[in-house]
Amino acid sequence: MAIEKDVHHWMLRKMLLSRRFEEAIKAAYMEGKSPRFNMADGPIPGEMHLSNGQEPCAVGVCAHLTDHDVVTATHRPHHIAIAKGVDLKGMAAEIFGKTTGLSGGRGGHMHLFDQAVNFSCSGIIGEGMGPAVGAALGRRLAGDEGIAVSFIGEGAANQGAFHESLNLAAVWNVGVVFVIEDNAWGISVSKRSSTAVASNAERAVAYGMPGVRVEGNDPEAIYSAAGEAVERARSGGGPSLLELSTVRLEGHFMGDAEQYRPREEMDGLSQNDPIPRYSESLAERGLLSAEDQENMEREAQDAVDEAMAYARESALPEVHEAYQCVFA
Amino acid sequence: MTAQATQGTASQRLTIARSMATAIAGEMRADERVVVMGEDIAALGGVFGNCQGLLDEFGAERVRDTPISETAFIGAAVGMASVGLRPIVELMFVDFFGVCMDAIYNLAAKNCYFSGGQTPIPMVLMTSVGGGYGDAGQHSQCLYGTFAHLPGMKVVVPSDAYDAKGLLVAAIRDPNPVVFMYHKALQGMGWLGTEKGTVVDVPDDSYTVDLGKAAIKRPGSDVSLVGFGRTLHVALAAADALAMEGVSAEVIDLRSLVPLDKETLLGSVQKTGRMVVIDDDYLSFGVSGELIATVCDGAFSSLRAAPARIAHPDVPIPFSPSLERPLLPNVEQVVAAARQQMETR
Repeated sequence: MAIEKDVHHWMLRKMLLSRRFEEAIKAAYMEGKSPRFNMADGPIPGEMHLSNGQEPCAVGVCAHLTDHDVVTATHRPHHIAIAKGVDLKGMAAEIFGKTTGLSGGRGGHMHLFDQAVNFSCSGIIGEGMGPAVGAALGRRLAGDEGIAVSFIGEGAANQGAFHESLNLAAVWNVGVVFVIEDNAWGISVSKRSSTAVASNAERAVAYGMPGVRVEGNDPEAIYSAAGEAVERARSGGGPSLLELSTVRLEGHFMGDAEQYRPREEMDGLSQNDPIPRYSESLAERGLLSAEDQENMEREAQDAVDEAMAYARESALPEVHEAYQCVFA
Repeated sequence: MTAQATQGTASQRLTIARSMATAIAGEMRADERVVVMGEDIAALGGVFGNCQGLLDEFGAERVRDTPISETAFIGAAVGMASVGLRPIVELMFVDFFGVCMDAIYNLAAKNCYFSGGQTPIPMVLMTSVGGGYGDAGQHSQCLYGTFAHLPGMKVVVPSDAYDAKGLLVAAIRDPNPVVFMYHKALQGMGWLGTEKGTVVDVPDDSYTVDLGKAAIKRPGSDVSLVGFGRTLHVALAAADALAMEGVSAEVIDLRSLVPLDKETLLGSVQKTGRMVVIDDDYLSFGVSGELIATVCDGAFSSLRAAPARIAHPDVPIPFSPSLERPLLPNVEQVVAAARQQMETR
């Protein structure tokens, strides 16, 4: 699939935005957490799962989606949220637990909802898969072309929800794309030691749907594979499964010493960053000028600065707000 | 439409099973967003008859048999509700919640909250409860307290066909997840036996019974007997027996556990000063304890005796009739508890 220059630029812009956002979140998260690391301290408490390195998966898939398409994401959601167009200021404020956050500080970084772009994520492994099947059916019953995409990690492919949802999607022939981001680690347990098959794409056969594995953590290859799956979903051809090889540049969560991860893998991480690889490749092919890149970097940094300032300046919620929104 | 407003319209005597099916059909006719799905609900019409006739009238797109995959299809109902449908989904036996509770309490019950109100989940989870027919403890539990304990879901329990229809219509129209727990002993399936008092006149037109509104089924002045679902009928029979002894029992049907109608409960106990709660869920950490705590909080000075409770003991529901039947709350236990209450002044 030949990729238009403006699609390349869109993908790179979103990858840069996600990276700059997470760098800012990472720095803010560590505030108040030294010399003693206590997860409860600082302006951002709780677990923090960064997605640095996994940006190609988000942009390669979401480049094919509209706001009306539904995305369910995981506990590691920022890159997908950003690629789906979630409001960055509201998202930053939510991560800081502020009253101006997407959910008024009730959800935090693992529970980001932006109904305007049909994005949600959740903290339980494989949990978004059933809802994606239902959302895809809902779009079909409403008679429109909307589809749903469920992002999961490779660890989720061993959950019952995975197998039930693939079967249900196939039985109902709904327009859903299941996207596995395979970063090879379920916290400290390697895919090799937890998963009976090398490629989860093979599991698609059991449910009568196409399954494709994409190597290389390359936005272009992901864009091409996702394009076929999205087109199949949109045209009534039913569900697909994609497994995208990717890399977790950070620990499972902030504060993870990663002693379980082989030394040579850790040492190679800095050489394995998909963003410089992609921008250099585009530049070499004449698809990205120095000026383009400078502009993108500046735009990303400006947007992140604005979002972080908004989050920091916003008020914390009042206690009484904890009692709101339990019921509609 | 209130109950009063329906008086004078055509009605039929229906079982709870039939009244649930008419409630769903009426809402499906009125609102194309309403869909129903679950195991064996289409061609079979539901193992407990609550979906009879729906497939023929509304077709397979809106009336869906599902695979035996509760995690996926209850999760799917959450997704459907998130994009504007009004799914009614059936968990055939409440005992099956163990394979799918994540979709219920982590998604359906929490998405409204975690989205700050952006994404309410208007869905109904219908589920059968209760034993007494020798199906043992993986198909006979009530588990009211389990669901009522977790924030974000409404929980209703009908005791007759009139309330079943009105509560189900209200549940379908409610913007929140509502767990509709129907008791097998009341359902009106010939093969299960049925409690006679459940088959009552049900108006043909749609109407609602407000969620969170208890009913005083029988006024009285000496002791408040509080039941819901099957135990409402135990309470009514006990009140008859007590009347023979000159004890005036007030019988309350909770109808909803969440929201709980504290006002009606407290008003009754403030009048009688005595309360016996009857619950066929497990005794400890459940509805009976919650009601007693509610009364201690809100009507302590009115109490003339320590509130009593009759509930299923804290053992799994056994199979053998000679083990199962004696453990279910019964009229004799309630009468004895009420008599004991009357001994205190």
